[in-house]
Amino acid sequence: MTAIILVYLESDGVALRKPALEGLGAAAALAASLGGEVHGVVTGAGAAAVAQSAAGCGAKTIHVVVGGSVATSLPSPHGRAVAAVSKEIGATLILFPATVRGRDLLGLVAGRLGAGAAADATGIEVAGGVVRVTRPVYAGKAIQVIDVKATPFCIGLRPNSFPAVAAGGAAAAIVSHAAPDAAASDATVKESKVPEKKTVDLTEAAIVVSGGRGLKGPEHFHLVEELAAALGGVVGASRAVVDAGWRPHGEQVGQTGKTVSPKLYVAVGISGAIQHLAGMSSAKCIVAINKDAEAPIFKIADYGIVGDAFEIVPALVAALRAAKN
Amino acid sequence: MHAVICMKRVPDTTANVKPLANGRGIESQGVEFIISTYDEMAIERAIQLQEAKVVTKTTVLCLGPKDATKELRKALALGVDEAVHLVEDREFRDPSSTAECLAAALRDLKADLVFCGWKAIDDDSAVVGGMLAEKLGFSYASFVVKLDAAAGAKSVTVHREVEGATEVVEMPLPALVTVQKGLAEPRFASLKGIMASKKKPLAEKPPGGAENASDLVALRPPPARPAGRMLGQGAAAVPELVRVLRDEVHVL
Repeated sequence: MTAIILVYLESDGVALRKPALEGLGAAAALAASLGGEVHGVVTGAGAAAVAQSAAGCGAKTIHVVVGGSVATSLPSPHGRAVAAVSKEIGATLILFPATVRGRDLLGLVAGRLGAGAAADATGIEVAGGVVRVTRPVYAGKAIQVIDVKATPFCIGLRPNSFPAVAAGGAAAAIVSHAAPDAAASDATVKESKVPEKKTVDLTEAAIVVSGGRGLKGPEHFHLVEELAAALGGVVGASRAVVDAGWRPHGEQVGQTGKTVSPKLYVAVGISGAIQHLAGMSSAKCIVAINKDAEAPIFKIADYGIVGDAFEIVPALVAALRAAKN
Repeated sequence: MHAVICMKRVPDTTANVKPLANGRGIESQGVEFIISTYDEMAIERAIQLQEAKVVTKTTVLCLGPKDATKELRKALALGVDEAVHLVEDREFRDPSSTAECLAAALRDLKADLVFCGWKAIDDDSAVVGGMLAEKLGFSYASFVVKLDAAAGAKSVTVHREVEGATEVVEMPLPALVTVQKGLAEPRFASLKGIMASKKKPLAEKPPGGAENASDLVALRPPPARPAGRMLGQGAAAVPELVRVLRDEVHVL
């Protein structure tokens, strides 16, 4: 089959997010093996400018849907917009970043198109014209391999798992589409509280520093925050400290929290319960700091330091700051 | 208002999951199964709304193996009125087929308010809720941490949490929400509830013939991580860690 691959280009309203570039990278590889073309789609506020910034990133055409029903932050109209573009171009594969918003849209689009779905892929290969998807299940305790057998088919791509596309290619054609009609079923936002400081989502962070019960109390979590800042990373937490109310649920890494695959994962004072290990064991590099040399976290860590986090973390922060200067 | 909770039977989070040698499933011997974490929170909120006389009827819907009777009875013991069990007849069912089967059952049940966990904690797909909303034409809100409605209302009000932002959203009925941690703290079943659950209706049905859009090729253990290296004890090991981060991990 000649593939028509549509990539949902997630943006923050101003610029493309990194997972969008990884989506274009995966699409380029698929188009090279299957033969076919790559399209991108951007919806919502700022889409026109975002499309421009993606113009040299390997897509033949970038579809832009702005205004009207897609002015909302709620996912349903965006899903209808992506589904409509997909139908119009006859997309066979639709790629989404497996971010919080990307996964949400994937379900809506697949439901609307009656399409198949594989969320949170860490690998895609083509063998004999068949697209084969690898994805962790049971939060990484097992790996599932599936073959796509019907089109259209939606695939979610786990952040940090696919090489980003190189910019500087031929300029894409940019095509504007009318926003889909409002639907009687559309929900409406009555009130919205946006955080003062915008942080990178844990699932797409390249560096994650997580703290656990070894920190002894929420008042000591600043150590984790300082280490994350010194490394340019994002703060995570174990289930124990989230359940204890020390940290918000959005920071929880593990089977009932977020599954992450960063380049570097630093676990501070986390013993490594199986449900936590499941959520982070696909990190490229794991560093563990724990006072118990027998802690399970050391079994999967690439590098370990045994000792008191209250002594090691401040020394590490100071050394990292010094190394930067 | 008829509330239906879509529920999945999954291995406990503390379970040591082992793929079968034939790669078609997991070892179930010695594994404890539970109601998927977020589905359990959904059940709790539905029961609370029924106690508050907002919801008039609660049904739990499960597509799962015959053994899921245990989890369905648990939901009934917690206080749900009725259970519908689509008894799995396939080795592998993918998300699109799952959604097709559940959508047909939800239409039959004439659901006004559907709860799904934002993901099931076994296959981690997090797509079936959105698929269902589109198939049914229901209003949709994801990552819901609060849900309220008045008796007889034509809408529900929810709070959803996305990437640190909180939105208050009004959803016309019929509506489908996906549940995030925070919606409700699950209760324990009372002895009275357990006794009552034995007499509550539990209907078993075939799931329907919706085709899979994908084939299962294999389920296998994750690749083993290479053995790690201990860098030392205490703050004395910090310089070596900084060197490793700079020269070997290349993050500085």
